[in-house]
Amino acid sequence: MAKRPLPEINAGSMADIAFLLLIFFLVTTTMSTNTGMQRKLPPMPEKKEKTETPMHDRNVMVVLINKDNNIAIKGKPIQLKDIYKKTKLFFSNPNNDENLPEKKMKEIPFFGNYPVSKGVISLQTDRNTNYDKYLQVNNELVRAVNDLRDEKAMEKFGISFDELGKTDKEKQKAVAKVYPLNISEAEPRRIAAGAGK
Amino acid sequence: MAKFARKGKGGTPAISTASLPDIVFMLLFFFMTVTTMKETDLKVTIHKAHATEVKKIENKALVKYINIGVPIKTYQSKFGKEPIIQLNDAFASVGDIGPWVDAVRGDMDAENRSKMTTALKIDKNARMGIVTDVKQELRRAKALKITYIADKTTKEDFN
Repeated sequence: MAKRPLPEINAGSMADIAFLLLIFFLVTTTMSTNTGMQRKLPPMPEKKEKTETPMHDRNVMVVLINKDNNIAIKGKPIQLKDIYKKTKLFFSNPNNDENLPEKKMKEIPFFGNYPVSKGVISLQTDRNTNYDKYLQVNNELVRAVNDLRDEKAMEKFGISFDELGKTDKEKQKAVAKVYPLNISEAEPRRIAAGAGK
Repeated sequence: MAKFARKGKGGTPAISTASLPDIVFMLLFFFMTVTTMKETDLKVTIHKAHATEVKKIENKALVKYINIGVPIKTYQSKFGKEPIIQLNDAFASVGDIGPWVDAVRGDMDAENRSKMTTALKIDKNARMGIVTDVKQELRRAKALKITYIADKTTKEDFN
């Protein structure tokens, strides 16, 4: 049998097929990526255990949002924009004020023995509080801590906290330990009591 | 000096389209790789909240969504106009979250189970009551890593 040359396959329609697929993926593509504020919930306490460890008054900042979305810190009404400053002062306590949280010496890599604030923010809401308001207040608190971390990272390593995460994770962890994100989200039963429902 | 006199007819020569499939394929592969198909159809309307301290969601396989919002029009007669929970494709109550977490965790690889993050996609007009209930359920189910879905805004827009 003589070998016949294989007929050439016409590739002219290849472009059409590719276009068809291209248009399909173009239409179904959603470029938007979700962004979110990352938080960690406290573990559920065992029933027998006493849940609340007694804490010094100066170490706790109670942020309360009531059902009318009004904010109060330690019982005093406050505007949303003022929370940031107050939180920063609370966690840094630059002048070792007696009304602001105590500090405890802790061994931290790169920093050595460093006085870390014992402060805890307790964020309490009513069941009727608006979620948006809650997130805004939460955002201000997180922003304050993030900025403190940024300043510390700048001072120590010369780059921002986020940049540090890209270059040296260990250093970033150390800075995070200097300013821990101590925001506790209260138990619901305490919410009801706190908001005076 | 007619040294470079034109030969033949004038006009533009035909452009070769032989490389067209290559270009199209290149685009095709690009879109194929960036495409994320919508996994679930939302049956609730969610107006996202805005915040400045947000991060991109990195590992999509580890993030599972809980949606809370007002049901869309077709379901309003049956489920009312108050914000409710949607898990996967169905409406759910607070009590369904525990089993849902277990089921979702069971589908994941063993080494990833501890890294599971629950994304709370919540309508900004929702009340904290339902949110707190969901959070309590998540604590009970030991799904402690959460992220509040919010769009990024700049400090100037945020007030």
